[in-house]
Amino acid sequence: MSTTTSQIAPPRRSRLSGLLRARELPVSIALIALVGLTYAANPLFLSPQGTKDLLLNATIMIILAAGQTLVIITRNIDLSVGSILGLVAFGTGSLFANVEGIPIWAVFAIGIVFGAVLGAVNGLLVTLAGVPALVITLGTLYIFRGVNNWWAGGTQYFADDRPDAFGGLAVDTLFGFPIITLIAIVVVVVLAVALAGTRAGRDLYAIGSDPAAARLFGIAIGRRVFFAFLANGMLAGLAGVLYAARFNSVGATTGTGMELNVVAAAVVGGVAIFGGSGSVVGAGLGALLLTTITGALTALRVDKFWQQAIVGVLILTAILIDRVASIRTARRLKTGAASEEKK
Amino acid sequence: MTNTETSATLTAASTSKTLRGEPKGRTGLARILLGRDAVMIGLLLVTIVLFALFIPRFASPLTVGFLLLDVIPVLLIAMPMTLIIITGEIDLSVASIAGLTSASLGVMWAAGFDMNTAILLSILIGVAAGAFNGVLIAFVGLPSLAVTIGTLALFRGLALVVIGDNAVANFPPEYNAFVTSKLGATGIPTVMIGVLAVVAVFGVLLHFTPFGRGLYAMGYSKEAARFVGIDVVKSKFWLYVASGGVSALAGIYWTLRYSSARSDNATGLELTVVAAVLLGGVSIFGGRGSIPGVFASVLLIGTINYALRLGRVSEVVLVIVTGALLIVSVVTPSIGAALRRLGHERRIRRELPRSDGPGPTGA
Repeated sequence: MSTTTSQIAPPRRSRLSGLLRARELPVSIALIALVGLTYAANPLFLSPQGTKDLLLNATIMIILAAGQTLVIITRNIDLSVGSILGLVAFGTGSLFANVEGIPIWAVFAIGIVFGAVLGAVNGLLVTLAGVPALVITLGTLYIFRGVNNWWAGGTQYFADDRPDAFGGLAVDTLFGFPIITLIAIVVVVVLAVALAGTRAGRDLYAIGSDPAAARLFGIAIGRRVFFAFLANGMLAGLAGVLYAARFNSVGATTGTGMELNVVAAAVVGGVAIFGGSGSVVGAGLGALLLTTITGALTALRVDKFWQQAIVGVLILTAILIDRVASIRTARRLKTGAASEEKK
Repeated sequence: MTNTETSATLTAASTSKTLRGEPKGRTGLARILLGRDAVMIGLLLVTIVLFALFIPRFASPLTVGFLLLDVIPVLLIAMPMTLIIITGEIDLSVASIAGLTSASLGVMWAAGFDMNTAILLSILIGVAAGAFNGVLIAFVGLPSLAVTIGTLALFRGLALVVIGDNAVANFPPEYNAFVTSKLGATGIPTVMIGVLAVVAVFGVLLHFTPFGRGLYAMGYSKEAARFVGIDVVKSKFWLYVASGGVSALAGIYWTLRYSSARSDNATGLELTVVAAVLLGGVSIFGGRGSIPGVFASVLLIGTINYALRLGRVSEVVLVIVTGALLIVSVVTPSIGAALRRLGHERRIRRELPRSDGPGPTGA
């Protein structure tokens, strides 16, 4: 899954694959432990309703984290996702309110295209102007949010403004999974396959690991990075539509402050902030873990005030683990190279 | 890359022509007057004059007072942030440190501490928070973006743990009065003296000391900086300590100005500060930027915000203006550089013998 490690000549397959799993392993263990302990203390936590809430709360963050992963792998970052989500969510609300009897699939399509346009703005600015993504997307964060404030003003759309079938996406379940969660799972699976299995996907890792080498190798860096931002915008758009389905009200401030949570989810899931490694599955697990904490603390009747502090500790732990893993890899590669020279 | 290759070919072709043919870099007065700082300061002055002329009630001591009171937190935190970004790092936890100090100040005051002691302890808490960042980033060597996203959540969380949903409001009135007091009829807040002192300290530190030179060197290349004898680890550590301390000051100011200690004070300020610093000409890659530029940029954003609000333009537009300013300010130089490169290449092609033409592009 993580190509960086497999790119650096693989002398010992079994250990390498062990290391590969290690990227998602810590977060999976933490997630299982958290769910297990909480369940032991309060069995209601894993009741059908409890599980459903858990998944629903994580859904939107999972999609955003998956999109963000594409961008971070290329050594970029997109801070504007919260603003994109807000704009699309409000757009969704106003579509239902103003266009009589608009089909739901059309709303989804419009939302995704809208997100793609906003993502393309980011992508164009980043690739054409050659300016760091952090600066550009910080700028577009303000601009998109401003546009949303302007457009929405004091208007808010509530659950009554949308058709019941649309709200039903967040309530109805299929095989026990809420429908919007299934959408998130499909997104993660498709992206994971695309990243690991397609030329374009593997190029993203190459760009993030060493841009100069990627350029020498003939990878169209500009185009790939542009598409990463475009895809991230589409996913933020999708998340915006789902947000409108899940939550009761959308307005001018929807999505504010979400950007750092999304990056945090990806980091916790083992996506290295300086590009080149990480997986969509890991990021999804990271998002799930971060949102599960909220539910777990409530179920354990822990003071809710601790929640954010715990999230912070978790992020720091995640990057520490990542650091230790990368030091170990470096050392192992060094000794491996030395022993081969002796032969 | 092709740029250096073509000029290398040019040198080989005719050594006599090259240096005279190349445009000279600006020197002396022209460099100061046409530099990025001067442009920012000029822009600031033009903006102030325009607003004073066209927006009723803008040119008044009252405006000066409120405007400055509003920009003080950003101005304070932007100083250490400038130094940190010049070294190629970032600190996103500043607003959370301000929130944490605000919360602890409130709780200590409510618990019956002497006000001065409470303020001192709050500053120490900020310094400790900064040192925590510093240890993880400088000594352990973790990426600052990731670490400070983590501590952003952690410190904000601790603020919540400390004070919860409560708010402490009954601070001694003389402290509140001092924070909002003005210097005579000028409308300039008294605390501005202290703020200017902080600005001066960081300005001198960056521009007139070996330590400051070292920060630029670190921003260009950490390896190179280490080779010339700069203690990269220690420099970074102290920058984060300073950032924590200054953020604490901003937090205390915030608390006393609004007479309210809450866990969510100064939320989101980190992005405003980063935007102001980048607009002030500091490169996010490190190695470039200055205190005067950032100072002008913070005031520029503050002035525009305040003037638009006075002119009854909605809050919305200011947000868009800030974002657009930020993007335009970083995109313009790179467009300019692209145009210059184009001109340079065209000139070289004109001067080069045709036979050398395909060489550089083929390589």
